[in-house]
Amino acid sequence: MLSDIAFWGIGLVAVLGGAAVFYVDSMARATYALALSFVAVGLQVLFLQQNYVGVVTILMMVMEMAIMAVYMVMFMGMNPALMPMSMVHSNKTAIAVAVTTFLALATGILMVDWPTRRGSPPPDVTMALGESLMGPKMLVMAVISPVMVATIVAGVVLAAHRTRYDRFGDDLKQRPADDPQPGGVGR
Amino acid sequence: MTLEATLLIAAAIFSVGLFGAISQQVVVMVMMGLELMINAVILAAAGVWWFLAPDPTGQVLLMVIIAAMTVEMAMGFAVATLLHRERGADMTDMATDLSG
Repeated sequence: MLSDIAFWGIGLVAVLGGAAVFYVDSMARATYALALSFVAVGLQVLFLQQNYVGVVTILMMVMEMAIMAVYMVMFMGMNPALMPMSMVHSNKTAIAVAVTTFLALATGILMVDWPTRRGSPPPDVTMALGESLMGPKMLVMAVISPVMVATIVAGVVLAAHRTRYDRFGDDLKQRPADDPQPGGVGR
Repeated sequence: MTLEATLLIAAAIFSVGLFGAISQQVVVMVMMGLELMINAVILAAAGVWWFLAPDPTGQVLLMVIIAAMTVEMAMGFAVATLLHRERGADMTDMATDLSG
């Protein structure tokens, strides 16, 4: 009973935190509201006995929101908290789509005759996940790892201001380097 | 604490995220909407795993979802940085065309 109340309470925090993201004026507040929503979802995942995934979600999202707060400050030139303005478009359509989606999903969730649980959870869920990842589900790790590396490379390439290809040309043979401020002593 | 309750909460979070992703103008806010939607998927997958088939395979799927979220975040920030540098744009409405 107590766990039910806690579960619903945390769920409410997750939903309201998510809604607050698009309601508050300040970007920093929006970021922290999102972090709150993520922490609440992480706690709910912990309620569902997935300790590793829950803790990873919480840790990752708190760090991610810290980075996002920096981005918000970087890219939002004005301070909407001091100068409130509407930063939305097609608001009514968006509300209609969101409400329709929720009603459709809720109808499906409540109407479907869900099957009963198949099997029982392993005694140590985290250990089972580790053994699974390092054993029969190794392919998942083998795919995720190069994807992560590709993400790092692509992120740096997209975000870098000037790279060696800008300086030395596509074949890296252009000398002297094309720099906005030439260096050296002019020889 | 039932499967229906978990999925209802996840559906609510997903809908809020969908609203944000459609309605927000600032690129980073659109990303926040997408994050919320993936957040809901994590919760729904965790619920389905626990209440229907608690074997390790479902947890591996959750790890994949979390990885997808990380990739989305990293690439989104990179594109936001690029957009800001090339166009001085932080709004989706300022980047509706593909060619410079």
